[in-house]
Amino acid sequence: MSSTAATDALTPPRGAQAIYRVNPVAKLAAALALSLLLLVTIDAVSAAVALVLESVLFFWAGLGPRAFFRRTAAIWIAAPLAGVTTLLYGVSAGQSYLQFGLLHVSDGSIALALATVLRILAIGLPAVVLFATIDPTDLADGLAQVWRLPSRFVLGALAGMRLLGLFFDDWRQLELARRARGLGDTGRLRRFANQAFALLVLSIRRGSKLATAMEARGFGGDTVRTWARPSPFGVKEWLLITLGVVIGVVALAAAVVTGSFNFVIG
Amino acid sequence: MASAGGPRPRAGAGLRAEGWGWRHAGREGWAVRGLDLVIEPGERVLLLGASGAGKSTLVQAFAGVLGGVDEGHEEGSLLVDGQPPEGVRGRVGLLMQDPDSQVVLARVGDDVAFGCENLGVPRDEIWRRVGLGLAAVGLDLPLEHPTAALSGGQKQRVALAGVLAMRPGVILLDEPTANLDPAGVTEVRDAVAAVVRDSDATFVVIEHRVDIWLDVVDRVVVLAPGGGVLADGDAATVLRERGAELARDGVWVPGIDPLGGRPVRSARPGAAWGGPEAVLLPDGLRESAGQAPRPDAATPSTEPGSSATAVPARRGELLLSGRGLAVARVPGRVVADGIGLELRAGEATAITGPNGAGKTTLALTLAGLLPASGGDVIAAPVLARGVSGSRRARRAARRRDARPRPTRSATDAPAPAPRIRSSSELLADPIVWRSRELLTRVGTVFQDPEHQFVTGTVRGELEVSLRALKLPDEEIDARVLEVSGRLRLDALLRANPYTLSGGEKRRLSVASALVARPRVLLLDEPTFGQDSRTWAELVRLLAEQLDRGTAIVAVTHDRAFIDALADQEIVVAEGAGALAPAKGGLA
Repeated sequence: MSSTAATDALTPPRGAQAIYRVNPVAKLAAALALSLLLLVTIDAVSAAVALVLESVLFFWAGLGPRAFFRRTAAIWIAAPLAGVTTLLYGVSAGQSYLQFGLLHVSDGSIALALATVLRILAIGLPAVVLFATIDPTDLADGLAQVWRLPSRFVLGALAGMRLLGLFFDDWRQLELARRARGLGDTGRLRRFANQAFALLVLSIRRGSKLATAMEARGFGGDTVRTWARPSPFGVKEWLLITLGVVIGVVALAAAVVTGSFNFVIG
Repeated sequence: MASAGGPRPRAGAGLRAEGWGWRHAGREGWAVRGLDLVIEPGERVLLLGASGAGKSTLVQAFAGVLGGVDEGHEEGSLLVDGQPPEGVRGRVGLLMQDPDSQVVLARVGDDVAFGCENLGVPRDEIWRRVGLGLAAVGLDLPLEHPTAALSGGQKQRVALAGVLAMRPGVILLDEPTANLDPAGVTEVRDAVAAVVRDSDATFVVIEHRVDIWLDVVDRVVVLAPGGGVLADGDAATVLRERGAELARDGVWVPGIDPLGGRPVRSARPGAAWGGPEAVLLPDGLRESAGQAPRPDAATPSTEPGSSATAVPARRGELLLSGRGLAVARVPGRVVADGIGLELRAGEATAITGPNGAGKTTLALTLAGLLPASGGDVIAAPVLARGVSGSRRARRAARRRDARPRPTRSATDAPAPAPRIRSSSELLADPIVWRSRELLTRVGTVFQDPEHQFVTGTVRGELEVSLRALKLPDEEIDARVLEVSGRLRLDALLRANPYTLSGGEKRRLSVASALVARPRVLLLDEPTFGQDSRTWAELVRLLAEQLDRGTAIVAVTHDRAFIDALADQEIVVAEGAGALAPAKGGLA
């Protein structure tokens, strides 16, 4: 009866597509490189170019259209919202179309809104697609073996993530217990705060038990650790990072050539 | 010497304590003090002692996980193979109680490999040992299998495989079966027995259920609560000479009945209900307990304890019933259906069945904590009297009524029509009652006491329901004193509930439900992992409640508990969801 949602998150099915076999660290690096490049300018052209190039890659990523839209739903909602806000409150310039109190829709804010929407999509979509195919265990292996982050920290976080799965069950239990103990009639907000604190206490206790169990299995000792799972970093990985950088650079170049480059700072 | 090929630990390590003591930081008393103990390499030892004798502290110290100077104060010396435990990481393997915190990683293979990785074992060798470790504990699962999908017993075996893969010289087990159902207990015991048989490792297990390990160990050591060793020798001798004493301290000694062979029910099935004047009131409990049962319903039957009785032996007043119940933990996912049962004053009902069959879900549904997915939970007017319900809960119930109700097998019956309940019918359903209204009517004791703690002190736990009921302070004080005295919690009133021992936590969780004096009391696995003393206290206390006219429902695997208390047994079958009253039929 333990929550299947959490099970899935920690041990996602490993797909057959190439993207599943790419080292998670490379996915992280590629997404990071692309975002940094796209954050240099805020204009519609570079974002549109990046989005077009990325959409070709999405087919390769191995998510079906349904899975793709389900996972990226948050971004599809956030982007237009940010766009509307920019449209109404953005820096005004050029022809003015509507003014009402603080609201001011002008050529400038329209252009900025369009650029914002496209940019959120161009940065957010590939990030989600890349992260959606990451297995947390593989990521930890990559962070520790490829990037040489301290294994204590990485594995501690990984083991802790497993406890997150128990949160859902704990929360439900706490809710029922509060009703059974006669505390179910008080205000929702107060009950929520109280229950959240109880969940924190439970989690800390379970966390310290887990830490003891890990220590009992030699974790945190002086011995140099070996790794049961290799975390290869080769051609595939460099190819993905290169793709990320190339898309970013091409997008920036297009913006410069068309004269729409709009440096963010200043 | 162990063969190089097997999953066997290397040659056993010797353990030695000399004048050893440990005091946890911030505590006044010593957990262990003045302990002299030598365990030779390869010995198999059962470590016994009253709750609080420091057994867990000792094995954690041997495993080197007790912590440094900030965690407590140490005296004397403790050595593994002649060295301090911290210096011989990996020589000592430790497995503890809670299966959920023994598993570290998300996949079975990775988890077993974890210890080897930490010890710097080369990769090829790790995977060889993983395979051998899993085989040694009899687990035939793919390495990719998610650990979250394992049962409690399987989790403990995976953790044990992880310990074995480290090739320890000592295997320490701290109540490895305390949180498991009987099937899980046997499963883990058999795996450990096989491992110990094939290995040269020194083996120490803490457990208060002696019979589980009797065939596996060749020496029993009993720790004295104040410090030192109370008894030490081969199992037969120690149990013969110290059996009675150990039993008194809560150890389950084979052949000694914690109840002393006396029936706990003053009116067992078969005897007619004696009427209120015959009710045995426990000391201090003087409140007239509920309604007198209908005398006409008391039908004397054949001999006591007969399970072939066709006519219900003794019938109290009907308090709560379930009709055609379908229960679901998550709305829409029905785990058991077609359930009918009746709970009567002064009668105990045991809900039994395999894991995952929906026993707990059924209990929580009867308790008014989960809405029924189908059918009805109906409180008799005498129980429902005076409730007004919460408006939000009533609206939610009406919305559920309007929807077609899901059943587990959608094929065999046409979807029932939406139903319409009158206001009074609706108020007979405990799910619409206010939280406060539940308190005096249906009390629930959860399986994990920690889930139901809501305050920072034992007194707070006992008071919280009474404050919700807005009782006067004097009444609250009186009730808290009474129930805490009865359950030996009076010395702990200012303690933090989380710092209590397992037995104390259980007693507190029962006390905090009883203090509101519910007419129906539901308990989920109340005797899991309890020592025999707590067990006997619980059984006696519940028997008293029955005599006072409380209806008791217990989800349980515990046969002795059922034999001592239950008037009827309801078996929730896996898959079928069908129910058969198996004892004293109240179908």
